[in-house]
Amino acid sequence: MLIDWFTVVAQLINFLILVGLMKRFLYQPILDAIDARERRIATELADAAAKCAEAERARDDFRHRSSALDQQRDTLLKAAEAEAEMRRTQLLTDAQQAADMLSQQHRDALAQEYLQFKTELSRLTRDEVFAISRKVLGDLSDTTLEARMCEVFVQRLQHLDTATRDQLISAFYASPGPVWVRSTFELPPPQRQSIQAAVDVLFATAVSVQFATTPTLINGLELSINGRKLGWNIADYLAAMDTRVSTLLARHSVPEPRP
Amino acid sequence: MPLSPDETLFWQYGIVHLNATILYTWGLMLMLTLGAWLITRRLSSGLTRSRWQNLLEIIVTTIMKQIEEVGLTHPQTYLGFLGTLFLFIASASLLTIVPGYQPPTGSLSTTVALALCVFVAVPLFGIAEQGWVNYLKSYVQPTFLMLPFNLISELSRTLALAVRLFGNMMSGAMIIAILLSITPFIFPIVMTLLGLLTGMVQAYIFSILAAVYIAAATQVRSRTTSPTAGDAA
Repeated sequence: MLIDWFTVVAQLINFLILVGLMKRFLYQPILDAIDARERRIATELADAAAKCAEAERARDDFRHRSSALDQQRDTLLKAAEAEAEMRRTQLLTDAQQAADMLSQQHRDALAQEYLQFKTELSRLTRDEVFAISRKVLGDLSDTTLEARMCEVFVQRLQHLDTATRDQLISAFYASPGPVWVRSTFELPPPQRQSIQAAVDVLFATAVSVQFATTPTLINGLELSINGRKLGWNIADYLAAMDTRVSTLLARHSVPEPRP
Repeated sequence: MPLSPDETLFWQYGIVHLNATILYTWGLMLMLTLGAWLITRRLSSGLTRSRWQNLLEIIVTTIMKQIEEVGLTHPQTYLGFLGTLFLFIASASLLTIVPGYQPPTGSLSTTVALALCVFVAVPLFGIAEQGWVNYLKSYVQPTFLMLPFNLISELSRTLALAVRLFGNMMSGAMIIAILLSITPFIFPIVMTLLGLLTGMVQAYIFSILAAVYIAAATQVRSRTTSPTAGDAA
């Protein structure tokens, strides 16, 4: 008999036991491990997808911020350039103005110095001229400079041109009053008398002449009638000399550099 | 020369006895269980794992894939029964390379026991899936007249399972034994290799047929249209 029924039963039981053992020690652990791995892979894939999405968001955010920063940088750069340009222009303008002001001050100082120089030169020239004239007149003749000046003044009164004489006469008769004769020095009585006589002849009547000493008047004599004046002094000579001196200085002056 | 390892007795007390079939079965059970325990006690759920774990995962997932391809939609439910059938028969055949070993599947008692397991498991899975009424209805499909033929089919296919496996395994062992006595060199090795192939094929056939029977029992409506899986091979 090929079939041993005790063995059949035993093998049946053995097989059922083996099924249980395989379930316990093989299938379940392997399936659990596979499931755990699949869950883990799914989790890692989900994490990776989330990280990828996060990275994409971060990338987009970075790009957005970078673009914003670029725009802000460009804006700031343009503003800085504009401010720098404005500042440069302002500084150039200020420097130009300062240079102009300094140049003007320099020119003013030079002009002032030049004026002082000319004034001093005129004064020295006048003083020297008077001193030399006084000394020459004293040495060569028996008259004084003041007396000679009175004589010249009287001769001028006597030889006035018609227009000037008419103007003086008109002024005298327009408002009769004293005729003032001002001089830089005190006139002695002889010179006063000769001037009085010349004035009387000029107006053809006895005129009340008032003599006054005016130190501010450049050396000379001046007749004044109702605001109209007639005089003789060395101002004209001094003006001519001033013109010649100015021409001479201008010829030798160095041109100023332009700012 | 014994035709079956049942005839090799080691111990007997009345009807209770210990023969080579039971002893080698216990050895197989110990080897499978110990091997599974040694490998699965330190399983890795990460991406790096041992070669043995890879081997077991491949075996388990392949068995599940085969079960699913047969038509069973929940392979995990049938993995314990069908997978153990395959592993037991395959390992029993694989160990024939060990000198002095006699495969327990070369015993008709073992193959009958396995066929009986299939014979019982098929209605159990069918009832669990379809319920008593639907499952029993399948025996009178398409008409009531088919009931005796269906019952005969159930019995005959169980007998065919047992005899097919026994015949293949016993013949292989017998051929090797005969050849050893005639031409003890080289040629038995070739036949052993052929026996290994035959054993693997038989393990696959037995398991697949069992899966097909279970699938037919759990799918009542499609059973009438599906071809009668059966007694090929």
